[in-house]
Amino acid sequence: MLEAAGSGHSAGPLGLADIFAALYFNILNFDPRNPDWSERDVFFLSNGHTIPVQYAAMAEAGYFDKEELLTLRKFGSRLQGHPERERLPGLENTSGPLGSGLSQAAGYAYSLQYLDDSKHRFVYTVMGDGELNEGNIWEAAMFAGKYKLSQLVAFIDRNNIQIDGSTEDVMPLEDLRGKWEAFGWHVLEIDGHNIESVIDAASMARAITNRPSVIIAHTIPGKGVDFMEYDYKWHGVAPSADQAKQALLKLRTLDGKITHEGAGV
Amino acid sequence: MSHYPLNPDLFSDDVAMEPIRAGFGRGLRAAGEANDRIVALCADLTESTQMHLFRDAFPKRFIEIGVAEQNLVTVASGLARAGKIPFTSSYAAFSPGRNWEQIRTTAALNNQPVKIIGSHAGVSVGPDGATHQMLEDITLMRVLPNMVVIAPGDSIEAEKATRAIAENGKPSYLRLAREKTPVLSVPESPFEIGKAYVLREGSDISLLGTGTMTYQLLKAAESLAEQGISAEVVHVPTIKPLDNQTILVSARKTGRVLTAEEAQVNGGFGGAVAELLSEQLPTPLKRVGMQDRFGESGTPNELLEYFGLTADGITKDVTEFIQNTSQYHQEY
Repeated sequence: MLEAAGSGHSAGPLGLADIFAALYFNILNFDPRNPDWSERDVFFLSNGHTIPVQYAAMAEAGYFDKEELLTLRKFGSRLQGHPERERLPGLENTSGPLGSGLSQAAGYAYSLQYLDDSKHRFVYTVMGDGELNEGNIWEAAMFAGKYKLSQLVAFIDRNNIQIDGSTEDVMPLEDLRGKWEAFGWHVLEIDGHNIESVIDAASMARAITNRPSVIIAHTIPGKGVDFMEYDYKWHGVAPSADQAKQALLKLRTLDGKITHEGAGV
Repeated sequence: MSHYPLNPDLFSDDVAMEPIRAGFGRGLRAAGEANDRIVALCADLTESTQMHLFRDAFPKRFIEIGVAEQNLVTVASGLARAGKIPFTSSYAAFSPGRNWEQIRTTAALNNQPVKIIGSHAGVSVGPDGATHQMLEDITLMRVLPNMVVIAPGDSIEAEKATRAIAENGKPSYLRLAREKTPVLSVPESPFEIGKAYVLREGSDISLLGTGTMTYQLLKAAESLAEQGISAEVVHVPTIKPLDNQTILVSARKTGRVLTAEEAQVNGGFGGAVAELLSEQLPTPLKRVGMQDRFGESGTPNELLEYFGLTADGITKDVTEFIQNTSQYHQEY
């Protein structure tokens, strides 16, 4: 997708792949044939630049044909470079400028809990860790803590990189757990590449009924592609044709551990 | 010209005075009675912005956000996605002053019916000074695609405008003022989003006013008449979408246009009219308002007078403008 687009973000979406697999194939309750189904769970992407992984998950889940993924970032595509709600059914919000998805998710969760008496739907969001530099996030954190929005479950993609370098060099986030606890949140910390852990954490979060929950998911940026892993320089660039070929080979063969019929292509 | 009934006591010394924001407070409560999807969010200025009327009537549908304007509109965006019609209020200096990007992305581009209510706009905020005298809000809001922008002329119209944006299904900005100002309309006066109203017919110049400045224009037109100048007064509460038709018809008739607003003329209401006229009917134009500068502390009347935003100041502007500019008649 990114190679065909010629631009975009590589590291974040790869690092989030396991979380999105868990979200779209276990955690979220939805109907791709009826995206606005009134009983669905709601997912707000906060760090809009990681949208390629959500588009990929949505296509796999049946919202649209996989061929359309190759239109990412192209003129006339429903798959805009950053997500636009009105363009693609199944998106709940428009995002890109960082810091606002948690608030939108909190607004929706407030509605479920206090206005709609709808106790069985949940609102999920994914934020980046660099995104936590934004003041808007902490306004939302205070708000959700105050109103004990227990149907709100937030994931933090704790991959330790942002555009200018490591998060702890650019603007330190630690003690991250302590910060969220101080704002009144239930905090879970997991390996974001262990799908069972992701599913278990979401289940635990749903069982906490007096507070919002945040799942700090430790991930490896560029996961599965050795030349991208851990390197902040892959935050905002797309692979070349050769790099994409190498990357897909590594992903499809688990770095040579298994064979894949399309792996050599 | 459709008939627009004015307050019959408009020019008497004891004309009824009420802050525009009071009309908003009543309008929101009435809108809330009519539609239970309406919710209200405030950033720690509930009485100032008159949202307490809604809060007291519908406590469960009122959400206190605290002093957090970015969160104010983004939580509202999430509520809108959940099917609610959220009204957000703060001072205009803070919302849309501080949270413009959030409004742009999560309300305008996201095209959700988030209502942004900016109270205490203009220099008439007075003693608080320049930080709190929001003058750039019209400019900031009118450049956003999908956004509706309304500056009501008095409290009665503010009530109608509030009811109207509650049901328009679009992101909308409503500009309110702090001070009491004359009530120029009556409950029967028309209000429709996107419509301008000719309040007084004339032939020498068109005076176009938005917000509280329309009252000053009506007064100026009275004294201009004494000098033999026939001024047409057009009230333009909706700055976006602008009522091009009514403005062009008036400009074509009089051949001179003056705009008045308690805001920056650059990119503001005056800017909007300048864009319209220069593209469709080039007409000599004078823009009254804040001329690329900030306000300062003072009483509201001192400031309005100092910045030329009173009937006297405008009368002077008009006579000079007419002396220096020949009427420009053209056929299109």
